[in-house]
Amino acid sequence: MDGKVLTITSGKGGVGKTTATANLGAGLADSGKKVVCIDADIGLRNLDVVLGLENRIVYDLVDVVEGRCRTRQAMIRDKRLSELYLIPAAQTRDKSAVSPSDMVRLCDELRQEFDWILIDSPAGIERGFRNAIAPADIILVLTNPEVAAVRDADRIIGIVEAEEKNPPKLVINRIKADMVRRGDMLSVEDVLELLAIDLIGMVPEDESVIQATNRGMPVVLDGKSRAGQAFRNIASRLLGKDVPFMSMEEEGGFLGRLSRLIRPGGN
Amino acid sequence: MPELVKIKGISDGLLVTLGDGDWEQVRQALLDHLDAQAEFLRGARFAVDVGSRTLKAAEVGQLQKDFIQRELSLWAILSQSPLTEQNAQSYGLATRLTKPQIESSQTVETRLSKGEDAVLIRRTLRSGFRLMHQGHVVVIGDVNPGAEIVAAGDILVWGRLRGMVHAGAEGDEQAVICALDLSPTQLRIADHVALTPKRRGKPQPEMARLVEGQVIAEPWEAK
Repeated sequence: MDGKVLTITSGKGGVGKTTATANLGAGLADSGKKVVCIDADIGLRNLDVVLGLENRIVYDLVDVVEGRCRTRQAMIRDKRLSELYLIPAAQTRDKSAVSPSDMVRLCDELRQEFDWILIDSPAGIERGFRNAIAPADIILVLTNPEVAAVRDADRIIGIVEAEEKNPPKLVINRIKADMVRRGDMLSVEDVLELLAIDLIGMVPEDESVIQATNRGMPVVLDGKSRAGQAFRNIASRLLGKDVPFMSMEEEGGFLGRLSRLIRPGGN
Repeated sequence: MPELVKIKGISDGLLVTLGDGDWEQVRQALLDHLDAQAEFLRGARFAVDVGSRTLKAAEVGQLQKDFIQRELSLWAILSQSPLTEQNAQSYGLATRLTKPQIESSQTVETRLSKGEDAVLIRRTLRSGFRLMHQGHVVVIGDVNPGAEIVAAGDILVWGRLRGMVHAGAEGDEQAVICALDLSPTQLRIADHVALTPKRRGKPQPEMARLVEGQVIAEPWEAK
């Protein structure tokens, strides 16, 4: 096999990298692909928590890199999806325990066996981020529709361009349609105008993400969640399918629809 | 006998690798080399790899002077000897070739003499990018928030200007800043700083300049 390495990064913290990694990993695995997620956030691991696999960790990324175990031994198979694996980060070390060339070597090994290798990048532009993008074939820059997150995404894109990687793709996460309509939140167009890279996904703000995260179950597996649908769409696009972007409007009940009738267009 | 002096081009100037042997002898060989190719090497930047030998502070200083006398610049001394590295650092020289990637790729400092020189940049400058130039700067593309341009002359942006720009940075009060959409985070001309008010309505090409100590921006209109 000749797997693809996909790194999810954002610059700013808290925009949803780990959630996106867990959901894209689960989404790709759900489409029948063999997927491994690597948590590159050494010292602040939480991809294992979001995937609900925390209690099964024996070995971690640093153990693999330093040769204390075989790669196989550090891979934790997901409870629900048999084709989804996780290599967790070490919690007791820091980013300097791994080098970019370690990551390239590890990913080259994993490419033989997996269709997709997803790397959850830490926030920032330092060593941990360098580790995460070093082996990447595709880089997804995740941002929220807010000024600080977009500014950091812009910086990340600049660095990725300087590294002469393929142009990154953009995911805009946590869009609140009603706030955009009122002009209280940057719109997708505003973000795209500034960042000027290809958009591969828009994810609406959705409470079910927080519920799912706390339960350790990726929201893509929840057929009713709108954010889950958005992540499924991104996974399909990564697989080369042409999926139209979904509307960011909330499908509220009768009242929601009514209020939209009363306030057409907003502004 | 192995060559005492090897010169090769690297991304950041020229790298000289010195062979083993008595320092004075090697140094003389290097200087002969530099003099012999003076025409070709004019203005070049050098990094010198002295191998494992220990150079005294005075020797580093002398070497730096040797380069300066020939109007060449020595920016780094590479050595396996910690003492040599320390001595080189005390003269403000680098001791590693690879600067952190971000520094080298994101900060561009041009070294042209002051005058009517201009650089043309044909891409979008993103957050964290800093450009310093002794002449004028022309950008075809956007200047995003968080990017900075400092120029001794004028700054012209064929695109949206939303970063920080400083024209006439060496005190030229005649310097101007033009952009198709002039909405920078901060604008500076010579010693004056201005914040741009929030735009009302559609963006239009504007030129900012100093009028009686005030930075003013005027829209461009086709006459």
